[in-house]
Amino acid sequence: MTGFLLRRLANYVALCLVATFLAFGLASLTFNPLASFAERTPAPPAEVMAAKRLELQLDEPIPERFTGWMSGVVRGDFGKTITGGEISDQLVSRMGVSLRLFLIGTTVGIIAGVVIGVASAIRQYRFSDYAATIFSFVLLSTPVFVLAQLLKYGGLQLNDAAGTTVLYFQGEVTPSFQGSAAAALLDRLQHLVLPTLAIALGQIALYSRYQRSAMLDVLGSDFLRTAQAKGLTRRKALFKHGLRTALIPMATLFAFGFGLLITGGTFTERIFGWYGMGDWFVYGVQQQDTNIVATVTLFVAVLILISGWLSDVLYAALDPRIRV
Amino acid sequence: MSIFATSSSTRDPATAAPGVSGAPEPEEQTTRTRLVVRRFLRNWQAVFGLCAIVALFALAYLGPLVSPWGYAESDYTAFLQPPSADHWFGTTQIGNDVFAQTMRGLQKSLVIGLLVGVISTGLASVVGAAAGYFGGWTDRILMWFTDLLLVLPAFLIIAILSPSFRGKTWLVFVALLAAFTWMITARIVRGMTLTLKEREFVTAARFMGVPAWRIIARHILPNMASLLIIDATIAVGGAILAETGLSYFGFGVQPPDVSLGTLIASGTDSAITFPWLFLFAAGFLIVAVLSVNLVGDGLRDALDATSGRASKADEDDPAPGPVGVAA
Repeated sequence: MTGFLLRRLANYVALCLVATFLAFGLASLTFNPLASFAERTPAPPAEVMAAKRLELQLDEPIPERFTGWMSGVVRGDFGKTITGGEISDQLVSRMGVSLRLFLIGTTVGIIAGVVIGVASAIRQYRFSDYAATIFSFVLLSTPVFVLAQLLKYGGLQLNDAAGTTVLYFQGEVTPSFQGSAAAALLDRLQHLVLPTLAIALGQIALYSRYQRSAMLDVLGSDFLRTAQAKGLTRRKALFKHGLRTALIPMATLFAFGFGLLITGGTFTERIFGWYGMGDWFVYGVQQQDTNIVATVTLFVAVLILISGWLSDVLYAALDPRIRV
Repeated sequence: MSIFATSSSTRDPATAAPGVSGAPEPEEQTTRTRLVVRRFLRNWQAVFGLCAIVALFALAYLGPLVSPWGYAESDYTAFLQPPSADHWFGTTQIGNDVFAQTMRGLQKSLVIGLLVGVISTGLASVVGAAAGYFGGWTDRILMWFTDLLLVLPAFLIIAILSPSFRGKTWLVFVALLAAFTWMITARIVRGMTLTLKEREFVTAARFMGVPAWRIIARHILPNMASLLIIDATIAVGGAILAETGLSYFGFGVQPPDVSLGTLIASGTDSAITFPWLFLFAAGFLIVAVLSVNLVGDGLRDALDATSGRASKADEDDPAPGPVGVAA
């Protein structure tokens, strides 16, 4: 099993490097970082532009620039933005923001999705099953940027009804918040609810559909009947034998869902004013800043790598046939 | 959705194969078509979806004809007015008619969605079938490339490339969207090709000296037609979501042209105080994607006899369908 996981890891690392190179190369080819300087009034003199050109290494070949940037990355230096700021300064705080959002959102999404999926499979064709089906169909057709806006509206209504601010929809914490640790935690939670829902709801809808059909396949199987014939209660048989089998195909899906999550996270961060990696990426493209874009791509590729590898581990843990 | 769609239909070509080696008899073909149509019509959600799509297209193209305002026109006597008899969906900050803009955006989003869905499924079938049929290094290189594009979300690549199509035709945007959304389907097509190429009618064609590309086009791809149709439909929904998402950030359809994404983006900031700027575009977007998804789901049930719902009702079906369909 270790061999299998190590082979997969090596493959992922190679993909990750090539993906970052591709993003770096494409960004270098299409971006014109000097455009924003040239448009300034008064227009900067030609020498300044030439100096900036030299500073941004625009005349060097792209592979050379990439190896230069990459050798910095290995040492923890992600280069400068086009306005001269150090990327490493912002990186840690932005990564923290995104990771908190993603991890909490994914955890909520996977757990709720699996629970709802299993529940609808067990109660197939009952009212709750139909309700879950309609709910997930509508959610799967709603883009995150519409959903987030509707959630904001819902939060506003809730605040009006409660008469105080129950849910916040701007930022991660209240700026210059003063108070005890418990109050600070509560403040964070109040900010967290809506963005988490914005990225979790779509995942809940997606996973619950797959989990439902995986569970339905298992429900009619012989081994479940055997388990009950041996004397297990239905509940025990369902959870010890049924759910475990039905989770195997889901492991791959969780990794696949992570790619969607990153796109959804970008909208969520932008709309709720969280200064994370997705927000930074959009800023980077708008400013035509290659280093920011390459850094975010590396972050995304590493996240997908980790989630892909974790799903391999999960697969190996759930499916004994792979452990040879 | 696409994995869900295809995992259940992978058995289809294997069972449907006997009728499809080369030129199927016309009589069987019509029977199967009729059977599929009947199954589809029995599914009221799918019929509703299809009607909604037709209605949306009609509205998007006929609406502007009856509307007194053009999408780029400004009414200097009405800024930020709520819906009224004059402006059916209200007006924007600079006096644009929201109805005319929404219709124009709907046109763009629907057309882009359709084109991208069809092109990306076509690409996926070519890449997947080539990888599966030729095997060896072709397979390894194509699949590695597919994996690579899966690691790099399409959203990121197209956003990075967006400065290059600023000021150019929106067809470049369509090409890019299609170029980065075929990967998952290609993997599935490859898997199905691997099993199909071992079958007798393919080996027979090969020994008769039929060139490889013709075997792929005549014998392999027609055998997964139902998968490809379902997948193209689902890809249309995904493409509409991708297009509006990118346009939302200004990385897609460029002004002065509008899409539902750019409309929603410009309405978002004032959505709470001036809801008509946001709600109409968002509502049409959700209805469009939902309808496409319902049709995709209905097609899967109708085309794929193994997917449960369809088969039960067919047992008392008098029509003697071909072997694969009745199974």
